[in-house]
Amino acid sequence: MGVSILPLRLEGVTFEADGKRLIDGVTFDLRPGTRSVILGPNGAGKSLLLRLCHGLIRPSGGEVSWDAPRGTEVSHRQAMVFQRPVLLRRSAAANVAYPLRLRGVPARERGERVAEALALAGLSAQAKQAARSLSGGEQQRLAIARAWVMAPEVLFLDEPTANLDPAAARAIEALIDGVHASGAKIVMTTHDLGQAHRLADEILFLHRGHLLERAEATAFFSNPRTAEASAFLKGDLSW
Amino acid sequence: MNDLAAAFSQAASLLLGFDEDLMEIIGLSLRVSFMAVGLAVLLGLPLGAAVALYRFPGRTVLGALLNAFMGLPPVVVGLVVYLMLSRAGPLGVLGLLFTPAAMILAQCLLVLPIVAALSAQIVADLSEEYDEQLRSLAAGPGQRLVTLLWDGRFSLMTAVLAGFGRAIAEVGAVMIVGGNIAHSTRVMTTAIALETSKGNLALALGLGLVLIAIALGVNLAALALRDAARPRHG
Repeated sequence: MGVSILPLRLEGVTFEADGKRLIDGVTFDLRPGTRSVILGPNGAGKSLLLRLCHGLIRPSGGEVSWDAPRGTEVSHRQAMVFQRPVLLRRSAAANVAYPLRLRGVPARERGERVAEALALAGLSAQAKQAARSLSGGEQQRLAIARAWVMAPEVLFLDEPTANLDPAAARAIEALIDGVHASGAKIVMTTHDLGQAHRLADEILFLHRGHLLERAEATAFFSNPRTAEASAFLKGDLSW
Repeated sequence: MNDLAAAFSQAASLLLGFDEDLMEIIGLSLRVSFMAVGLAVLLGLPLGAAVALYRFPGRTVLGALLNAFMGLPPVVVGLVVYLMLSRAGPLGVLGLLFTPAAMILAQCLLVLPIVAALSAQIVADLSEEYDEQLRSLAAGPGQRLVTLLWDGRFSLMTAVLAGFGRAIAEVGAVMIVGGNIAHSTRVMTTAIALETSKGNLALALGLGLVLIAIALGVNLAALALRDAARPRHG
């Protein structure tokens, strides 16, 4: 694994599109180990912030930097799971094998790691099924298995349960816990308070592109410091 | 109406009688068009995908040319290939004029823009869906191209079939570079043109029906193959 690429540091990061400032002067750092949840109402900019962290989009201003020695391929040390899983038109097993193939992992080792990842996601029985014929929950679990198979140091998840029924969502949460237990840093967005309660070690509360609060989870839920966070926790934050 | 009825019975008796000349003509038609489409696919799929995915100088012009050349007149392509392959032409030393190889080359040039332009569109659409995921996985440019071609394989088959339809049906290019020589370069379309000019309308129409049946058969076989593979691979 080598030296850690964490912490990830965002310094005065802004993002603008069509003249609108969607992320405004956000500064924080993400340290290894914990499960960080970016919480906020719809439209707060949570997905944008996650994409800025993962490097899918460039900030309009400010800086996103990993604490990695020069020459480290930071993109190889992190993975992201999207709200709507993008699965390849192949079998479930081939989907998990795909990132390993991209990195030139030898076939024999590939097989073992794919089997391990599918087992973690509870999808061993569906290995040979076409990925796109799986249920919504299974597809999202498969996407997480595909992200996990590369043993990323950081796993970003963008509202991974937004389109799922409660039972499927619980299965995803259990899987995220499993990924965390295997040593990965978890950074996820959600607008679901219950989910944030269950999963978060720390909360980053985002509102209209501003990072209003960052706190340890229990402290945040028992004693929010801003009026917006209090309103959001009571369920009556007006947008 | 009588002509049509005569044509059908002519076609049936030709096919059922396994007329040796006819079988030879059908065989050459299929061989030339399959080879031409095969070559065009080998070149056209990567070319189309590259136009869809990569930014390079002249990309827009190339894309526009491919689209425009989907409708190239076969006689013009035939004429250009004729000039290239004629004794005085740059490729004259190869001695390919009036051989099936010349016909394959001409049809390949006709089909290439169709395959490339359609696959560019298919790959561009798919890329929109896959883009973030592939960037997240840090797929390189070559890996991206291969992934999108493979995942677009069921849609791309339509592009290949469109190319095959073009190749098997055209007459102008193979007539000019092949010369419609009996037992050598005569294919279905040139045979039809010849029989029509000789006034054998029923025979010409019969050959036409056989040609349509072949094109239909190839398409049905390809689509059946696709539908059989799809449930297993998504």
